[in-house]
Amino acid sequence: MWKELKDGRLINGVIEKIGQYKLKLTFMHACGTHQETLSRYGLGSLFSKVGITILSGPGCPVCITTAKEFLQVMALAEKGKTIAIYGDCFRVPVNGRSLMHLRGEGYDVRVVYSIDEAVELARSLKNDVVFMAIGFETTAPSTASTLVGNDLPENFYVLSCHRFFIPAMIKLLELGEVKLNGIIEPGHVSAIIGCKPYEEIRRRFKIPQVISGFEPLDIVLSVYYLVKQVIEDDVKVVNEYNRVVSREGNQIALSLINRVFYPKDVEWRGFPIVPSSLMAIRDKYSSHDASKQFEDIISKVDYEPSPLERRCRCGEVLRGVIHPQDCPLFGKVCNLENPVGACMVSVEGACRIYLEYPELP
Amino acid sequence: MCLGIPGKIVEKRGNIAKIDFGGLIREANVSLVNAKVGDYVIVHAGFAISKVNKRDALKTIRLVKELIESKV
Ligand code: SF4
Repeated sequence: MWKELKDGRLINGVIEKIGQYKLKLTFMHACGTHQETLSRYGLGSLFSKVGITILSGPGCPVCITTAKEFLQVMALAEKGKTIAIYGDCFRVPVNGRSLMHLRGEGYDVRVVYSIDEAVELARSLKNDVVFMAIGFETTAPSTASTLVGNDLPENFYVLSCHRFFIPAMIKLLELGEVKLNGIIEPGHVSAIIGCKPYEEIRRRFKIPQVISGFEPLDIVLSVYYLVKQVIEDDVKVVNEYNRVVSREGNQIALSLINRVFYPKDVEWRGFPIVPSSLMAIRDKYSSHDASKQFEDIISKVDYEPSPLERRCRCGEVLRGVIHPQDCPLFGKVCNLENPVGACMVSVEGACRIYLEYPELP
Repeated sequence: MCLGIPGKIVEKRGNIAKIDFGGLIREANVSLVNAKVGDYVIVHAGFAISKVNKRDALKTIRLVKELIESKV
């Protein structure tokens, strides 16, 4: 069954159907995993043959985390804290220096697979352990569920960089820099938040949306559903990924998020302040909130981009305004060994994915 | 940081389960989902975030086949 979701004959069949309409449309996805599938299976070039362009949006949680947040974590490391991070964050550079470099300099930076590992680490050490909590609604419930647990070690802290996804999509549509005919919404964020939150986007912007899975067949089918909405002039929120996403979402996860976090205004990389989009930790859990406990260290951090970093166009890549190849540094000064921006580091980063699958448009 | 692929629960002890991703077995926390041994789940950063309904997956495939064979 899982194999059929990758079946070339079925994929081509749907693309042919899309081609029959002879339209020129631009859609955006907002998930690094969607870009992975598009690039890995060469769907981008198949779509462009039938008039469909798919832009990459603000879907990589590591990429949208700001340089300043990474600097805050680095400052904590330099003050002797043990840092626990997801692997994707390890090499994100800020003015050429990353947490990986800090580890090389002797600071204590550990890569963990899950927050559970970070808690175990804290149990095994005397030192303060700060977990850099990154991600949208997909990873936030694991952080929340850990913080409500009653046997957390005292030396365990969380720096919440978690973001709510919907406010950024709204901000992007408000900015109106790119003309979009539809949005491919991220399946796994939707597994948590359900279908309902997209209704606000439908009402306000009258734009077709499809919640999509990640297999190639999911994506071509989702694009077909978007095209149909355009043709029939009937704007909806379609759930292509109903094998995983329910209308109500994951209630256990949502109530944990609400219990632990409250929405706060915050910048995103490439975005101005996005209202109510940071998952800030509620006072009740402040004894484990790094932003409160180490406020003296964090508040001193200031970010000034270097001349090279000023030329990085991650921000525009994340807003879908340019393709990664349009960045003059792409593949030259900025590459997999020497990344200049976060979009070249994360496995969900558009620049990295485009560089790894070069044959595509 | 995410394995966006479905894995099958092969063993469960409290909130921790062993999950089979096509031969690769990894442990994950399943406290966010009501899942039992034999169920497919999606895992993100060590936590199962949702169950996968096999019947709906089959329906999607059937739907695509019908679409391709249709004339419009
Ligand atoms: S190619 Fe490198 S420098 Fe250019 S936008 Fe991407 S990450 Fe930034």
